[in-house]
Amino acid sequence: MLLIACPWCGEREELEFHYGGQAHVAHPADPEQLSDGEWGEYLFVRDNPKGPFAERWSHAAGCRRWFNVVRHTVTHQILAVYPAGEPKPVIP
Amino acid sequence: MSHRLPEHPDWLWRTPDPRRSYDVVVIGAGGHGLATAYYLARNHGITDVAVLERGWLAGGNMARNTTIIRSNYLCEESAALYEHALKLWEVLPEELDYDFLFSQRGVLNLAHTLQDVREGTRRVNANRLGGVDAEWLDPDQVRAFCPIVNTSPDVRYPVLGATLQPRAGIAKHDHVAWALARRADAYGVDLIQGCEVTGFLRDGDRVVGVRTNRGPIAAGKVALAAAGHSSVLAGLAGLRLPVQSHPLQALVSELLEPVHPTVVMSNHVHVYVSQAHKGELVMGAGVDAYNGYGQRGSFHMIEHQMSAALELFPIFARAHVLRTWGGIVDVTPDASPIIGPTPVENLYLNCGWGTGGFKATPSSGWVYAHTIATGEPHPLAAPFALERFTTGALIDEHGAAAVAH
Repeated sequence: MLLIACPWCGEREELEFHYGGQAHVAHPADPEQLSDGEWGEYLFVRDNPKGPFAERWSHAAGCRRWFNVVRHTVTHQILAVYPAGEPKPVIP
Repeated sequence: MSHRLPEHPDWLWRTPDPRRSYDVVVIGAGGHGLATAYYLARNHGITDVAVLERGWLAGGNMARNTTIIRSNYLCEESAALYEHALKLWEVLPEELDYDFLFSQRGVLNLAHTLQDVREGTRRVNANRLGGVDAEWLDPDQVRAFCPIVNTSPDVRYPVLGATLQPRAGIAKHDHVAWALARRADAYGVDLIQGCEVTGFLRDGDRVVGVRTNRGPIAAGKVALAAAGHSSVLAGLAGLRLPVQSHPLQALVSELLEPVHPTVVMSNHVHVYVSQAHKGELVMGAGVDAYNGYGQRGSFHMIEHQMSAALELFPIFARAHVLRTWGGIVDVTPDASPIIGPTPVENLYLNCGWGTGGFKATPSSGWVYAHTIATGEPHPLAAPFALERFTTGALIDEHGAAAVAH
């Protein structure tokens, strides 16, 4: 069970949260210009690293707000928590 | 089929050092990699094959699954692939001359809501149209087939019926791997453990071999069969896959007298339970929501599946958990595998089986071997090509496959 520090509510158990997958996936600026391959890539392909991963979580059973987390996908250590819209912090 | 465990012979395969070059290098000596090597030799006469394994043979997801075999999938592409597997399971013990305790005790998929009933009856009809055995049972028939299921109407999610696939069942996963390994080895395939692939040898756009911790190995063709680590491996070749890796947990109880005559799955309360030949209750549920490679999962998933199991089987209330474990499964956006060539010449892909790879083992090897040997997708594998994420011709088995992903 992860212990996740919601930026607004503080530390809560993973059960209160909803997972939203990779963070910082920008909607294509000009979707009509995308090839089928590029559109498929945008829809279906995400990073899947063995290591630090920037991902979105929603505090579904709390303040219901979305925010971003950098979590190590092997150790599950949470390396950073930051509001949506902010750039991904540099992880040493 | 005997209910005694077979004796484990001392040596089932050689442990050769890797040669400098092979016609085909398969990466991953799990069930799918071993089945691929076996069928490359048996069906295509290709025996200049190495299967490279980072750890030990069948020590990844093959050692961590819940051993359930069934083919009652909704989409006809999936049903065809898994039914091909089931037909192979029915002949393999004799063909491999190894009793891996394949037991066709049937699988019940319980329905707890009106939507479950509709989904189940639809799937029964779809299965029958596709040549897959399937029946619909009412609650009394469920009780008759599996007396220990709680069919009382006075529970939170009463059993409203179930689908039954009588030919489904379980097999002893380790013995399956050893049986395939022994036969592949007898054909001359080199099974090389402790050999980690660290990169690919390229000649322009073509893959011509692999780098390993035991030196470079040239290969005419390279075939990935690495389950939960496929995207990490493909990344070494510059490929990004539509795959996310998630922890999937299972657990077993202490040994009990034979009490559970079939496999019971419940998508709605979400647990699946069977009883192994030795007597353990084997249970599983869904994947953890988040990506992970840690080969362990969350405690609350165990709690969830055990509370579901207890509601369905009050008789298990005093059973003790003996062991829990986690494997890493690669899940695709449409909950269906990816099998076929890649944009990199001579590099082949078999991944994305999600939570359901074990039951497909022989079929996966069969169609993958065909695809590698001929360079053309096997007809059963063609719908599962990587291109579907560009064309949009998805095989959407989320929920439809009688299990949540």
